[in-house]
Amino acid sequence: MPRWYFEDFEVGSVATHGPREVTREEIIAFAEEFDPQPFHLDEEAAKASLLGGLAASGWHTCSIGMAMIADMFILDTAGMGSGGVDEVRWLRPVKPGDRLTLERTVTGKRVSRSRPEMGIVDFAFRLLDTEGRPVMTQVNTVMIGRRAPEAA
Amino acid sequence: MMDGFFEDLVIGSRVELGAHLFTAEDIIRFAKAFDPQSFHVDPQAAKASPYGGLIASGWHTASVWMKLIVAHHQRMALARAAAGLPVVPKGPSPGFRNLRWLKPVHAGDTISYASELIAKTESRSRPTWGLVTNRGTGVNQKGDLVFSFEGMSFLGRRP
Repeated sequence: MPRWYFEDFEVGSVATHGPREVTREEIIAFAEEFDPQPFHLDEEAAKASLLGGLAASGWHTCSIGMAMIADMFILDTAGMGSGGVDEVRWLRPVKPGDRLTLERTVTGKRVSRSRPEMGIVDFAFRLLDTEGRPVMTQVNTVMIGRRAPEAA
Repeated sequence: MMDGFFEDLVIGSRVELGAHLFTAEDIIRFAKAFDPQSFHVDPQAAKASPYGGLIASGWHTASVWMKLIVAHHQRMALARAAAGLPVVPKGPSPGFRNLRWLKPVHAGDTISYASELIAKTESRSRPTWGLVTNRGTGVNQKGDLVFSFEGMSFLGRRP
């Protein structure tokens, strides 16, 4: 049984999870499969790029964020999926050895009008690097089941 | 064809990036690493879920768009080199907006991806670069749009 339902997400609450270390090997492995641009694969090429050094693919950062969201709460939540992500900003390169912390803020919630057994929760996520600087921000909504749905 | 320096690109131009088959093995491997929700990693649990079977992580669907656009850019770079044209610098992306997972991607689905240029702006802080916005899409074998987003990236200006 899930531990957390729609009712458990309090608007305005902030929580953190992590840290999770990002390794050079995983940066290169992800980039080789999905994003083989030189600044994700090769230190020398990356130094000459806008990123200034080897950095993770932004899609890898999103995927690491997802893994941390899963670990933090989604695997124990009555989650019913997500229709998308309103905005992602990649603010700083994610470099080998960075230890990322996930910060979650609940920014809004409402019961679904068409499906009263579930609600919609708005989240603002930030991934912070070892120095606490945001490397990525993400705004999205997740559908979450209600603990005590009203009789339809 | 969608290639060239920032100045050469025409808003509304569209490129087909090719198709990708999502196998159960690939879906499970990606999801075990990044998104281990039961309907992405466990075929039996997925069958009992509202999705009726194993579906790909949305981040997997998005990452394959990236894989195919990078392959497209590599083909274009080779074609330019063969024609003796100068290299167009490709920069990183500051982010994206309005990413939508419109329908599930099931194991066995083949998704055809495309990219369309929808906006371009000169970079004020970096005069040798422009910022382009592309709408990336994915359509399944039935013709249903399953994935859409608006991604930004830096592109070199004419020397």
